[in-house]
Amino acid sequence: MALLEYEALSISLPGTARPVLDGIDLTVRAGEVVALVGESGSGKSVTARAALGLFPAGATVGGRVRVEGTDLVGADAAELRTVRTGTASMIFQDPRAGINPVRRIGDFLTEPLRLVHRWSRERANARALELLAAVGLPDPVRHLRQFPHELSGGMLQRVMIAGALTVEPRLLLCDEPTTALDVSTQAEIMAVLGRLQRERDLGLLLITHDIDLAAAACDRIYVMYAGRIVETATTAELFAAPRHPYTAGLLGSTPPLTAPEGPPARLIPIPGAPMGLLDSAPGCAFAARCRFAAPGLCDQSPPPLELHGTALVACHRADELVDAQPNTLMREDS
Amino acid sequence: MTTPGAPEARTLLQVSGLRKTYRSGASELVAVDDLSFTLTAGGALGIVGESGSGKTTTARMLIGLERPDAGQILVQGEPLAATVRGKAARLARAKAVQIVFQDPYLSLDGRISIGATLDGVLRLHGHRDPAARAARSRELLAQVGLGERESASLPRKLSGGQRQRAAIARALAVEPAVLVLDEAVSALDVSVQAQVLNLLTDIRRSTGIGLVFVSHDLAVVRYVCDEALVLYRGRTMEHRPVADLLNSPGHPYTQLLLASVPRPGWDPDSISSRRRELAGPR
Ligand SMILES: Nc1ncnc2c1ncn2[C@@H]1O[C@H](COP(=O)(O)OP(=O)(O)OP(=O)(O)O)[C@@H](O)[C@H]1O
Ligand code: SF4
Ligand SMILES: [Mg+2]
Repeated sequence: MALLEYEALSISLPGTARPVLDGIDLTVRAGEVVALVGESGSGKSVTARAALGLFPAGATVGGRVRVEGTDLVGADAAELRTVRTGTASMIFQDPRAGINPVRRIGDFLTEPLRLVHRWSRERANARALELLAAVGLPDPVRHLRQFPHELSGGMLQRVMIAGALTVEPRLLLCDEPTTALDVSTQAEIMAVLGRLQRERDLGLLLITHDIDLAAAACDRIYVMYAGRIVETATTAELFAAPRHPYTAGLLGSTPPLTAPEGPPARLIPIPGAPMGLLDSAPGCAFAARCRFAAPGLCDQSPPPLELHGTALVACHRADELVDAQPNTLMREDS
Repeated sequence: MTTPGAPEARTLLQVSGLRKTYRSGASELVAVDDLSFTLTAGGALGIVGESGSGKTTTARMLIGLERPDAGQILVQGEPLAATVRGKAARLARAKAVQIVFQDPYLSLDGRISIGATLDGVLRLHGHRDPAARAARSRELLAQVGLGERESASLPRKLSGGQRQRAAIARALAVEPAVLVLDEAVSALDVSVQAQVLNLLTDIRRSTGIGLVFVSHDLAVVRYVCDEALVLYRGRTMEHRPVADLLNSPGHPYTQLLLASVPRPGWDPDSISSRRRELAGPR
């Protein structure tokens, strides 16, 4: 049984032209670090929140999301509580948004243990100290008495990680946990997450728009576009041979850090902009921006996610493009 | 970019010995210390560093939003006025340096269309003929890849990338000698960011505008800039051609910054311990 398993999860909101999520299939096993990559508005956060049984108000939900076998679509209050206060925890982009600014760090960390799990104050405090040390904060005893504004963004994100671990989850959902931080602090936070993940054999879903971060930190990557998974493969494979034109486009748009001598090769942006919820396309959602779009094919039914080699790809032309070299896929004129 | 044998490029910006301190109670924070650099026509300088290193304070001094405690800023040989009195002085300073922030709403008026914003800027800067202004507006928008539809739109009706390109068009309408970009592409999706980066590269080549590009993203700086200056706690660690800097970072802080960028073989554990060593005991 997978730790986290999405099966054709679809979410629609009233008054929109396309589903927020459209048939999401995604799996995270225990001990696995998986990335979900995509641009703003593609549906990454909605996907992550669904794993805690949090769905947008007024949404129509279809399909399944199972956490250790419990389906959160239509789960009852007791089941939801078990998952949210036991199995799964979430870490968000902005640590300051997730913490009450006028309460002490100690209260933030111990309250769930005392109120939900009925621990004594002493026992909860001891656990909080242990966790603050585990996330590498220098002075746990002092931090317990501090207020959020007394800590830097990086330190506060460590507190949030400690908070996510109080309930000893098996699954950690990290929604852009380092986007608000500078690169060196990002590395520190990823080091903490990586260490805890290995020590506790956690399943970790890392949500990010940074494909390089996903590649550096994860075993497997899912690429999302306009509410659909368009490709998933191992990190190595995805970078060596992106199969979906959108994946290739993302790689072609990302400036490389190191390049051969001389001026860097010109980037190849994907024309246009990501599709909003008020836009829809009858076939492939990427067709309006895709230079491989074929009339009569790509504007028909949405492409299904199918196995090509060891990657899953949703593209009507994947068979033809599968043999194309990555640089051909990324080149301006095909 | 200078080619060998070409005449020396015109100097746009000369910054020397810039210093800014902030006081709060008895303590004093040196936000920027002894910063000096020169920018020539068509040049692009990247300013990189972690948060709190003094990047934004520098950008704010360059556009006169913050008054340095010491040092000098010369734009095309003229000192950047510390205070501006009267319309002529204000327009002159606007023509010297323009800025684009991470948040495009800071430079666009949310109540009027993009086209009306551009028209207003052009009128302010002495373009009298409405037909000529309209033509110039179209040209500026075309330069940043926007058309009639976007021109007629309110800022909030545009996507983030379109809005940021509109903010750039607004800055270019002033025809400044220097354009400062403070994390101006950081919030954009990569596919859209790539459009803006190519745009900046093209404008620089075609107009000779000088760019000061403030960013925490070394790869983006590598793409846009010829030179980069690394700030750490307000001090300049190194200032070199960007390719050299990346190939052989000299200062331990630059090495750390470079190692921090995620890529294959990335080792966040070693980055953490190196960072602690560098920070030393507090
Ligand atoms: N509670 C909600 N009610 C209505 N619409 C919502 C709600 N939550 C999300 N949406 C919409 O669903 C779409 C997907 O949003 P989501 O937040 O998942 O994107 P994302 O991929 O996380 O983007 P980002 O990278 O900007 O965080 C967006 O168009 C968003 O505006
Ligand atoms: S299905 Fe067609 S439009 Fe969509 S990505 Fe594939 S080639 Fe492009
Ligand atoms: Mg999100």
